[in-house]
Amino acid sequence: MNFRDTMLDEYKEILKTYINDQTEQALYMSQKFSRKSIEYKISPEEMISLHKTSIMELEPELSESLLLSLDILLEVMMSYGLAYREHQSLRTIQRELINEIEVAASMQQTLLGTQIPRIPSMDIGAISVPAKQMSGDYYHFVSHENGAISVAIADIIGKGIPAALCMSMIKYSMDSMPEDSQAPGDVLERLNRVVEQNVDPTMFITMFSGLYNPETHIFSYSSAGHEPGFFYHADTGVFDEMQAKGLLLGVDKKTKYKEYEQKVEVGDIILLMSDGVTECRTEEGFLEVDTLIGYIKKYIHLDAQDIADKVYKELEYLQDFQLRDDFTLIILKRTS
Amino acid sequence: MNISIDVQEQEQQTTITLAGEIDAYTAPKLRETAFPYTEKKEANLVVDLSGVTYMDSTGLGVFVGLFKSLNANDGTMQLVGLSDRLKRLFDITGLADIMNINSGSEGGV
Repeated sequence: MNFRDTMLDEYKEILKTYINDQTEQALYMSQKFSRKSIEYKISPEEMISLHKTSIMELEPELSESLLLSLDILLEVMMSYGLAYREHQSLRTIQRELINEIEVAASMQQTLLGTQIPRIPSMDIGAISVPAKQMSGDYYHFVSHENGAISVAIADIIGKGIPAALCMSMIKYSMDSMPEDSQAPGDVLERLNRVVEQNVDPTMFITMFSGLYNPETHIFSYSSAGHEPGFFYHADTGVFDEMQAKGLLLGVDKKTKYKEYEQKVEVGDIILLMSDGVTECRTEEGFLEVDTLIGYIKKYIHLDAQDIADKVYKELEYLQDFQLRDDFTLIILKRTS
Repeated sequence: MNISIDVQEQEQQTTITLAGEIDAYTAPKLRETAFPYTEKKEANLVVDLSGVTYMDSTGLGVFVGLFKSLNANDGTMQLVGLSDRLKRLFDITGLADIMNINSGSEGGV
């Protein structure tokens, strides 16, 4: 039987119990009744009308003025009823919006997808995990006609949908860059002009841009305010920070970006990351660079993709599986 | 994950003293509070960060926004009391080269 059909009897029963004994039980029953009424979308004014009918049946001797007062209470509750119905319809709309954002997030994944290039001398791995639905981190690879590979890793500050739109803009500018301007400094200068013109002034982007030439084995790179990467020298076992200075994208359109070069020997590794890696907070404070390097050393013998996956697992564990920031790690390992 | 924002308006400058964490949760509050002071003509804004224990890139975004707004209105901004960790953030992003930053707690002009 429907709740609506039995509610009058149920309510009367609760009321009677309470008028007779004032037990806790009756109060508990009325709480349960209230939850059920909400579930069946009973409005506040309906409740008062129910109350009036019940009390008239239970206590026929009740004073006329008290009963009349309930009519006023009922009128007053009308607006509350309207507000309640509005709340219900907003909840429906909210559910629809959440669905749409989910669709947008998966579309973003498809649109921004980048293929990790396969070349003989370099083993490449990448992992990127968003803290929220839409990531502010972005990485992109471009394989050039001459065999060289461009890699870019970026963090768009200003998260959510504007950041996602901004990423698409970057991806298409990068893909449509002419073959003769692959130099990382040029890439950043060009993107900086695009971002400066088109993006909301409070939004900006940090980006690391690199170019690997498989003939000379030289990795050239420039940074626009991005977290420095690490370079692992296989012969000495030393990790160096890949220091590169340069202003964030989107702050000043006249910015020039200095280019740096690094010779990559067999076994050497280039590690690029987002600040979600280094600003990763643990129970005891911040992640120290030594800890990060420790994890990388632990897995250094593995394939590039496995190193990235394993380091992510370790950091995830360290943060109690609660990502606070987007996380992106790219590993380039020279194999021959 | 909390922030305290204290604003002192003087004739020559406005000092904003911050304490706590500046991240995605607290940055909007900071932006709302501080932004109006950057929109006046030739405003001098001093931001004391000595009580800030954490700042992520969203927080940095607020400072870029404030800096741009002040520049557009011929104002100035001075950041004082930065910890080593914060200083590093401004160094990496290249902002230390274009902004006026004093890492000690005493911010002389």
